[in-house]
Amino acid sequence: MNDCCGGCRTEIPTMLEVSDVVKEGKGQSSFFFRQKIECRPGQFIMVWLPGVDEKPMAISYHNKNEFAFTSQAIGKFTNALEKIKKGDKLGIRGPYGNSFSIQKNACVVAGGVGLSSVSTLIDSLKNPLVIYGARSKEHLIYLKRYKSKNMIITTDDRSLGREGFTTDVLEEVLKNKKNKINIVQTCGPEIMIKKVFDICQKYKVDCEASIERFMACGFGICGKCMVDDKIVCMDGPIFSSAQLSKMKEFGSTARLKSGRKVSLKEYHETA
Amino acid sequence: MLQTNLCNIRLKNPTILASGILGVTRESVERIGKNGAGAVTLKSLCHEERPGNRNPTMFGYDSVFLNAVGLPGQGIDSAMKDFGRLDNLSVPVIGSIYGYNVNQFGEVAAKMASLKPAMIEVDISCPHLDYGKPYHADPELTAKVTSIVKKNSGKIPVSIKLSPNVHDIKEIAHAAEKAGADAITAINTATGMVIDIDARRPVLANKTGGVSGPALKPIAVRCVYEIYETVKIPIIGTGGVTYGKDAIEMVMAGATGIGIGTGIFYRGIGVFKKVCDEMEQWMKKNKVKSLDEIRGCAHE
Repeated sequence: MNDCCGGCRTEIPTMLEVSDVVKEGKGQSSFFFRQKIECRPGQFIMVWLPGVDEKPMAISYHNKNEFAFTSQAIGKFTNALEKIKKGDKLGIRGPYGNSFSIQKNACVVAGGVGLSSVSTLIDSLKNPLVIYGARSKEHLIYLKRYKSKNMIITTDDRSLGREGFTTDVLEEVLKNKKNKINIVQTCGPEIMIKKVFDICQKYKVDCEASIERFMACGFGICGKCMVDDKIVCMDGPIFSSAQLSKMKEFGSTARLKSGRKVSLKEYHETA
Repeated sequence: MLQTNLCNIRLKNPTILASGILGVTRESVERIGKNGAGAVTLKSLCHEERPGNRNPTMFGYDSVFLNAVGLPGQGIDSAMKDFGRLDNLSVPVIGSIYGYNVNQFGEVAAKMASLKPAMIEVDISCPHLDYGKPYHADPELTAKVTSIVKKNSGKIPVSIKLSPNVHDIKEIAHAAEKAGADAITAINTATGMVIDIDARRPVLANKTGGVSGPALKPIAVRCVYEIYETVKIPIIGTGGVTYGKDAIEMVMAGATGIGIGTGIFYRGIGVFKKVCDEMEQWMKKNKVKSLDEIRGCAHE
């Protein structure tokens, strides 16, 4: 939807009709639009719910003439989205950001609704190993969608799959060199992502992580989403091992809407 | 060729990142500097922490850009710890400040001055909480704010950033100069609104916002032209500068510094270098050796 005619550039929401709403899990829904969109795995859109707010959302389904995003009801905006029905309209702009690389022998590690940020990547990869964890069975999404995939599921409460964390499984996988993992690609809570990155460093395997920060513009000018000198919406949201290893704020601090730097814990309590 | 002296600050070129675009962290300042800006203006800070408005806070179409970010900022006290000194970065830094009342302008100015920025810019476009009207719309209020900021800034030069949303910008500029301002930054955004006809409501959560981008340029050029005829202090011409030819036009209207903000939206962070290259090309072609030769030349 990015038009460019010389000196002009258009980045304004377009009201699109929701063609379908699919319940994915507890408080988790996918909103579909019958609209062609040019995008790459890992990119995001800005979703405007008039009168409420506008937030970044990963493109979670991408077909020839259709796309969707998946939301988890946790705040005012995402709770308001839960009331959106087929036929209602939402303002969409984008897609924005860079994308995951497509490589052989990839391992995708996702935590919670973070799976929606790597789902178009999984769709693009050839036989990836997916390690996917959530608090409990009812919070797992896309189980039917990925039933034919090579997927290891973990739940904190052991209601489905293995008990424990995705990162424990990842360590086992990387320890065994026979698995020949070439790259680990990940999205989820930043504490998990940081652990995934550390494990990759330990076993000398490349890593790409999609990270999240408060955003306003989505196109690299407001400065809300800065992590060190990186602008997450434009330089990211996906960063490589080489970049992550230089980012002091990655895994430790984030900036509030005001720009004040706080611990990740305080950031997540506010967000 | 483009070296510029602005209030005795030596700039390698006249382009200055305008306040409100990036300029939120030390690292972002360095990055803009590395990309060729002659100086960098920080996002405005006041006495308290503010989260700003809900989204949408900004968007653009054609040659129009609208924003209503609602002055988000960590507050001067937090910023003092976050930024530390401002005179040891690789590019001159202009600290932008504001307050809700006159005394707060003074307090924030004193704290900003302690960080040693190359210049202090004063955003007088916020409404005065005691009088209800914005400082920028009243010569007396502009003078009061200018005096107190000057008193609290020591030897650091002070520029007052004016708004085009006034009856007569000349009298405001005159009041600022008389009260001791060292420079004028002109202009801030012009107020505007965009309604989405499918959503049937304004796109900005704040409903109204500030128009910037190429659409603002003729308004900015007119303001700089009028201010140049009114005051002797230098002007930082800001508003819609996207290409080298826009910067030349600003200089011909009378600008010494050239603010660029929304230009980043159209041409990326590399806009500073691109504008400088284009200015030099124009100067070579037209046998102009220094910008001093053409500054204010549109006035006859």
